[in-house]
Amino acid sequence: MSAMNEMKTLYLLVPFAPLVGSIVAGLFGRWVGRRGAHTVTILGVLVSFLASIAIYFDVQAGNTFNGPLYVWGTSDGLSFQVGFLIDPLTVMMMLVVTFVSLMVHIYTIGYMADDPGYTRFFSYISLFTFSMLMLVMANNFLQLFFGWEAVGLVSYLLIGFWYTRPSAIYANLKAFLVNRVGDFGFLLGIGLVAAYAGSLDYVEVFAKAEHLAGLTETVTGWPLVTAICIALFVGAMGKSAQVPLHVWLPDSMEGPTPISALIHAATMVTAGIFMVARMSPLFELSDTALSFVLIIGATTALFMGFLGIVQNDIKRVVAYSTLSQLGYMTVALGASAYSAAVFHLMTHAFFKALLFLAAGSVIIGMHHDQDMRNMGGLRKYMPITWITALIGSLALIGTPFFSGFYSKDTIIEAVAEANVFGAGYAYFCVLAGVFVTAFYTFRMYFLVFHGKERFEKAHHGHEAHGHDEHHGLAPGEKPHESPAVVTVPLVLLAVPSVVIGYFTIEPMLYGGWFGDAIQVLAEKHPAMEKLAEEFHGPLAMALHGFTTAPFWLALAGVVFAWFCYLVRPQVPEFFARTFRPIYVLLENKYYFDRFNEVVFAGGARLLGRFLWQIGDRTIIDGAVVNGSASMVGEIAAAARTLQSGRLYHYAFAMIVGMVVLLWFIYGGH
Amino acid sequence: MAGIPLLSLAIWIPILGGLLVLAVGGNDRNAPLARVTSLFAAALGFAVTLPLWFQFDAGTSALQFVEIRDWIPRYSVRYHLGVDGISMPFVLLNSFVTLIVVIAGWQVIQERVAQYMAAFLIMSGIINGIFSAMDAVLFYVFFEASLIPLYLIIGIWGGPNRVYAAIKFFLYTLAGSLLMLVALLYLFYASNGSFEILDWHRLPLDLRTQQLLFLAFLVAFAVKVPMWPVHTWLPDAHVEAPTGGSVVLAAIALKLGAYGFLRFSLPIAPDASMSFQWLMVTLSLIAVVYIGFVALVQEDMKKLVAYSSIAHMGFVTLGFFLFNRLGVEGAIVQMISHGFVSGAMFLCIGVLYDRMHSRRIADYGGVVNVMPKFAAFFLLFAMANSGLPATSGFVGEFMVALAAVKTNFWIGFVAATTLILGAAYSLWMYKRVVFGPVANDRVAALDDIGAREFWMLAVLAFFVLLLGVYPAPLLDVMHASVDELLRHVAAGKLH
Repeated sequence: MSAMNEMKTLYLLVPFAPLVGSIVAGLFGRWVGRRGAHTVTILGVLVSFLASIAIYFDVQAGNTFNGPLYVWGTSDGLSFQVGFLIDPLTVMMMLVVTFVSLMVHIYTIGYMADDPGYTRFFSYISLFTFSMLMLVMANNFLQLFFGWEAVGLVSYLLIGFWYTRPSAIYANLKAFLVNRVGDFGFLLGIGLVAAYAGSLDYVEVFAKAEHLAGLTETVTGWPLVTAICIALFVGAMGKSAQVPLHVWLPDSMEGPTPISALIHAATMVTAGIFMVARMSPLFELSDTALSFVLIIGATTALFMGFLGIVQNDIKRVVAYSTLSQLGYMTVALGASAYSAAVFHLMTHAFFKALLFLAAGSVIIGMHHDQDMRNMGGLRKYMPITWITALIGSLALIGTPFFSGFYSKDTIIEAVAEANVFGAGYAYFCVLAGVFVTAFYTFRMYFLVFHGKERFEKAHHGHEAHGHDEHHGLAPGEKPHESPAVVTVPLVLLAVPSVVIGYFTIEPMLYGGWFGDAIQVLAEKHPAMEKLAEEFHGPLAMALHGFTTAPFWLALAGVVFAWFCYLVRPQVPEFFARTFRPIYVLLENKYYFDRFNEVVFAGGARLLGRFLWQIGDRTIIDGAVVNGSASMVGEIAAAARTLQSGRLYHYAFAMIVGMVVLLWFIYGGH
Repeated sequence: MAGIPLLSLAIWIPILGGLLVLAVGGNDRNAPLARVTSLFAAALGFAVTLPLWFQFDAGTSALQFVEIRDWIPRYSVRYHLGVDGISMPFVLLNSFVTLIVVIAGWQVIQERVAQYMAAFLIMSGIINGIFSAMDAVLFYVFFEASLIPLYLIIGIWGGPNRVYAAIKFFLYTLAGSLLMLVALLYLFYASNGSFEILDWHRLPLDLRTQQLLFLAFLVAFAVKVPMWPVHTWLPDAHVEAPTGGSVVLAAIALKLGAYGFLRFSLPIAPDASMSFQWLMVTLSLIAVVYIGFVALVQEDMKKLVAYSSIAHMGFVTLGFFLFNRLGVEGAIVQMISHGFVSGAMFLCIGVLYDRMHSRRIADYGGVVNVMPKFAAFFLLFAMANSGLPATSGFVGEFMVALAAVKTNFWIGFVAATTLILGAAYSLWMYKRVVFGPVANDRVAALDDIGAREFWMLAVLAFFVLLLGVYPAPLLDVMHASVDELLRHVAAGKLH
């Protein structure tokens, strides 16, 4: 029993240690100073990380936990609780979140060294860590929604961290509102769960899953589980940036780079993936929902990859790559390969955080110039950043033995085996996506680290960002390697980016490590089961990988990028000229932003003005309210003519009145 | 404590305190004394309501802290006070807000200080009377009397167009309540000469009569809430009212109409309430969506928050007319939360207005650069206004949205758009006012909030967060009363 209580204390430490750090740094930042702020927050996250490791070993020993912390409120037979569910899926997320968060905290010391908002930044990222942990540790939909919105809040704060920049405060509002569109669906999904399952507790809801599968929604007539799953998935589309709710993620790069790594690559944007995996007992019961997930994911995976090709801002390339990789995870969910999705989530968290932090290191080296056209040949000046970025890139494109290979290859194989509607399209997308990924990744890599040094160009036309900061290298100045607080996290992230897949694929995908946390109806969706039969260990898989299509596609992408950007730099321009319409389409990001701005934002303002001016002012106030007021005025004016001021008029009126009154009283008898 | 008439104290301490303030500080040379006296009266008025919370028995739906005295025996009008789990929280909220308003007006009001403070204190007592009166005449007297101080507050301390706004406000609400008077008189005769509201709850009435009564009450209460389409007095009143007036108007006065639905319409005309569900739900949803869009395009901060209040009150009336516990309890939580959040929003706008004498969004920009502490508070309240979890604004919206989905998916669908609209109008305003580079020299010259403003906002922030993180105590207080109300409504009067 006391062991149980000890574990409970550990559970509490995981989210609340960062919260305490955040409060200290946020509210008392002025007193504790910069050093105090980063010490206390890093300590908080470190405690959280160590506690997560301890919990990992406890879960490994077979101990799981599901219980309330306190009752938030009760009403109508529903008990709203705050509580934890600790199982393998949770603990894996806890490890990823706290580890990446710890790396980002340390890295921030270097990256934000000169920023006046230093303590505020630490407060925010610790608050984010708290929120994200509450999200993944939740044992019910209410707390899930709390974490869901709370990470959205911190994301809003961090994208708009440099609040004097118009582009930043535009991006953060956009991010929040687009996410709210997703949350709109999410809330409806939760509402359906509450209405039909009569509980918001995961375990209780899942226990009724079979029963729910037989119901239809009474008003709409929709199959209930399909409706629930699609509504919940709309939430995931917002948070995990799936087409068409992806539009906020590229703009979120306006935030400082450490949060791009932590929030907009490794953790928050994977919340939707995590959520769907957590809901696997429900999604398994609706092939329609799975198809929907599969097609949305496949579209995101391929078409967002294309956009990565035409970006010149180093962070935006990585951002579009993140969108595409989130698409891969979503595809895996649709193929009922939840464990593969979560596996890719984990490997991606490491190598994408690495790539972002490496990009940040490059940006520091370039004195906050992010345009790849002004870089080139950086490997000479920034050797650690160069090597770690190369490792991240190789992992991203799925080079055998690297972590990304194991997760991505599994997803492609799973989609090949998937049998729900749209699986063929999805297979094409994820396969073509391999070439695209390799191409844009190595386009970036070659432009930044190889080729001619183009630093001199940096001084032309770079006034896009705030006027208060000087960007780019001074004439004749060379880039420099970043300090140790920046490079050490790079190295620490590079290690798992290489090896984590090799060591974890077997237990996570085929060893039943997730246990009941992820449930698949194998007879209906046999993809992962078939993969398990063909799996003969990580070594065999990697060796076999050299002979499969994805490897050759990736290689072709790398070679093509090499040819285009190192051998024949005029080739890209030739393509841009020849396929002008396609290039323009990509440049404009398929016109999603334009469409949203005109139709949704513009339409809402137009409708608002119409309702205000026509509905409120003209009809209600103009015709009805002031109309009746003026009618009263007119009657009064008419009545006024009776008040002539002549005494005999009044006397006459009095006599008439008296007669009428007397008749009224006595006339009846 | 049984012998202490707490409700009477809650009503008469502020009223007598207000008269005392007038007596000691009628001349502006005595303004400091008037302020101190007001603060003392408001604090004492709030203190006597605290036992209502701590000694409240949440296990029963019966009236508590009851006081009964004869008033006009000839018409069996009685001075009958009592609170249940629905009304008790509002007495506390009202007394608390009064305290905040007195503090908020401390330095800003420099003319006719005693009259200003007295108006708010008297208003506070009257409103406590509304929430605790269980005799219809007593209720009506308080209900109508509450118009006068607010009318004066807007008409005397208001902005340039204050006379139009004050008269619009007065006539709108007066016109509404005249029909209620007719309904009350009808009920008096129908019940063989009783003005006891609880007697009327048990009075059998046929459907036709119920429907007429319902509509009469509806006019009175809908204007007060206000519901679409009788809402247009509110933005005008808010824009012209001084900050304190806006706070009381939004935090308390709007709750009177909603409370009326729970105390009169639903229990007296339960079958009519059911039969008009379609109407009430439709009007509520229009308030959420239509008003949400209108709020989006406002150029005046106060108008924006005023419109957002109407949209939030739409959630309240929606919750009531779903006729399930989740909806009704969520709606009541929403009312309490809106008291804190909208009050805080108006105080924030007041903080800016005191410095810049402008409410136009376009006159601002980049306030965070010069007022970081203020910006942090304002963000919290703007987020609460958009229903962010862990703030009070989330609790009621969440519960009502769940209840709506349960009743009818499409009602829930329309209601849930508030997630998008609420965030859009709150945060777009926040962006234009607070974020960005310093917009002009006048913004550059702004001072951050002082200690008085800081603590005023901090206390509100505390309650907004407390209610968001742990609403259980508030919900527990109202369970028994809401249960009883809904049982009564479900049983109906037609057999």
